[in-house]
Amino acid sequence: MKQVFKRPDCLVDIPFHFCPGCHHGIIHRVVAEVLDEFNLREKAIIAASVGCSVFMYDYFDMDVIEAPHGRAAAVATGVKRARPDNFVFTYQGDGDLAAIGTAEIIHAANRSEKVTVFFVNNTIYGMTGGQMAPTTMIGQLSTTTPRGRDPQEAGHPIHMAELLATLAGTAYSARVAVNNVKNLMKAKKATKQAVRAQLDKKGLGFVEYLSTCPTNWKMTPEKANRRIAEELIPIFPLGVFKEEQAPAEAGVG
Amino acid sequence: MEKKRKKALVKGNEAVAMGAIEAGCRFYFGYPITPQNEIPEYMSAHLPEVGGTFIQAESEIASINMLLGACSTGARAMTSSSSPGISLKQEGLSYMAGSEIPGVVVNMSRSGPGLGGISPSQGDYFQATRGGGHGDYRVLVLAPDSVQECYDLTMLAFDMSDKYTNPVLVLGDAMLGQMKEPLEFKKYQPKKFEKKWALTGAKGRKAQFLKSLYLDDGELTVHNWNLFAKYKRMKEDIRYEALFLDEARLVVVAFGSMARVLKSSVKMAQDEGLKVGLIRPITLFPYPAEFIRETSLQVKNFLAMELNTGQMVEDVRLSVEPGTQVDFFGLPPGSLPAPDVFLKEIKKVYPE
Ligand SMILES: Cc1ncc(C[n+]2csc(CCOP(=O)(O)OP(=O)(O)O)c2C)c(N)n1
Ligand code: SF4
Repeated sequence: MKQVFKRPDCLVDIPFHFCPGCHHGIIHRVVAEVLDEFNLREKAIIAASVGCSVFMYDYFDMDVIEAPHGRAAAVATGVKRARPDNFVFTYQGDGDLAAIGTAEIIHAANRSEKVTVFFVNNTIYGMTGGQMAPTTMIGQLSTTTPRGRDPQEAGHPIHMAELLATLAGTAYSARVAVNNVKNLMKAKKATKQAVRAQLDKKGLGFVEYLSTCPTNWKMTPEKANRRIAEELIPIFPLGVFKEEQAPAEAGVG
Repeated sequence: MEKKRKKALVKGNEAVAMGAIEAGCRFYFGYPITPQNEIPEYMSAHLPEVGGTFIQAESEIASINMLLGACSTGARAMTSSSSPGISLKQEGLSYMAGSEIPGVVVNMSRSGPGLGGISPSQGDYFQATRGGGHGDYRVLVLAPDSVQECYDLTMLAFDMSDKYTNPVLVLGDAMLGQMKEPLEFKKYQPKKFEKKWALTGAKGRKAQFLKSLYLDDGELTVHNWNLFAKYKRMKEDIRYEALFLDEARLVVVAFGSMARVLKSSVKMAQDEGLKVGLIRPITLFPYPAEFIRETSLQVKNFLAMELNTGQMVEDVRLSVEPGTQVDFFGLPPGSLPAPDVFLKEIKKVYPE
C-alpha cells in the first residue's frame, strides 16, 4: 500500500505540546517537509528561539543551538560563518524577531548572511501569556493593551516581510498563511524558495507565516483560523516581496 | 605576517590579537569601543590571511551571540570590548556558561559607571569574578600585567576555555591595551580537545543540541551542581606571581596594571630595608585563596591595592586566616600615579 501521509523524516515521532488550533505545529510540519525534500536533515543546524517554539530540539531530529531571546539571527550568523557547508536556519516568534531581536535580523539580512529565517507572526506573545507584540493589530485586546492597541500610545503593527525586502542583502522575502489548503501550498512554495536562497548562496531567505494563538486570542480553534482571513490578511497582505536571482558565477568555486 | 619575526614592539591590544590567531582563533566578532580598537583592527587585517572570518557586528549583544554560535560548532572564536560593551555581553555569557559552550572574551576595561571615561580602572573586578550576568555561574578570568602576558594569557585562554567548555575572560585595562613593549612570539603548542558536543549536523550520529533550559523536575538542580563541581575543578589552574615573600612583614596584593606599577614600589621598599612582599593573582577566578591563606600563617599584615574603591580586597579578606590585618588602598578612575606615591601608602601601614 502506498503511504500518502507520513511524518516527515526531519521530525521526531512525538506529539507537539502546542495548544489545540495553534498553527505552530502546521508550520513546523511545512518546514520539516521542505527540509526533507532538499534532504537537509543531516546538514541542518537550527538556531532555536525563545517563545512557544523553544522546544524545537525535542521535535526536529537535527542539531539545535539554543539562542537567547531575540538573538537567533546573530547566533545563526556565527554558526554559518563557522560551518558554511551546513544548512542553518532560525525559527522565531514575533516578540523574538520583531521586538527584542529587531537589530539582529535587520543586520543579518543586511550582511546578506546565507541563512534562512522562519518567522511566526501570531500578533501576540504566546509563551508569556498574551501580551502585546509589535505585530498586534490596532484595537486588538491583549493583557497589556486591555483597552485595545492604540497606535498613538503603543505603535502600529510592524510589517517585517516588507521591511526586510528593502534590504539589499535579503534574497527572498514572503508572507504566507497556513489557514487553508490553497495557502498551505503557497506557504510550502515560499518555504522552498527561502531554503534555495541559502543553498544558492544568494543571501538571507525569509518567510513570515501568519499564525494563530487561540489560547491568548481567547478564541476557539475554528474562530482563530477564520480570524486569519478576516482580520490578519487584510492588514498583513500575503505575497512575495523580494526574490533575488542567483548571482552569476564569479569564476571561483 | 608579523609572526615571522621573533620579537616586536607592539601594543597590549595587538598582542591579544596576535596571541589569539596563534592559538587557532579563526573567528572574531566585535563592535568598536576605545581603548581596545586595535584588537578588531588587527583581526580585520590578519584573520583573512589565515582563512579566518572577521565580522564588525551591529552591537556587543550581536557579537557575543555570534561567538556563541561559532563556538557551538567547536570552532575557536573570540570577541573583545571594553566595560560598557562587556555589560551588554553578560546575557550571552550567561547562556554560554549555562549551555557549556567555550569562547574567549577580552575586556580591556575602562572606567565607569555609565559611559565613565577611558582612563585605566579596575572597576569591573566584581563583574568579572562573580559571573557578571544572571544565574549562579562563573567564568575563568585571566589578568595580564604586561604586553607579553596579553599574548601568552590569550593563548592560554583558548585552552582553558576548551578544557572546561566554559567562557574565559581576559581582563586588561586601558593602560595595558595601549602601552607598547617588546613582545617575544611563541609557537602555540596545540592540545587535543575532543569536542563530541560540537554541532556539525546530525550526519552519521544522533542529533544533538546545546541548551541552558532545564524544566523537568530536579534537572536544573543537578545541572547547577555539575557546574559548581566544574568551577571547583578550575582550581587546578590557579596562577599567581609572588615576590619577596621570604621574611616579608607586609604583603601587598594587587593584579593587572596596578600590580605592574607596584612591583616598582615594592622594590623601592626593599631597597629601603622594608620587608614588603607582593602577591599578584593572575587567575582572578578561581582566586589564589589557598596560597594567600598559607602566606597569612607567616605574615600578619596585608595591603590590597586596586584602581577602584574596594573590590578584590573582599577576596583577600575571605582568604586570610582570622586575626590577619587586611588594609586597603584604592583609587577611583583618574590617573595611575607613579610608584613612589604607592610607596608612601605602603609605609603608612607597614607594621612597626
Ligand atoms: C531577555 C528576555 N526577555 C523576556 C523574556 C520572556 N519571553 C519569553 S518568550 C517571550 C515572547 C514570546 O512571544 P513570541 O516571540 O511572539 O513567540 P510565541 O510564544 O508567540 O510563539 C518573552 C517576552 C525572555 N525569555 N528573555
Ligand atoms: S500559547 Fe498560543 S502560540 Fe503558544 S502554543 Fe498555545 S496557541 Fe500556540
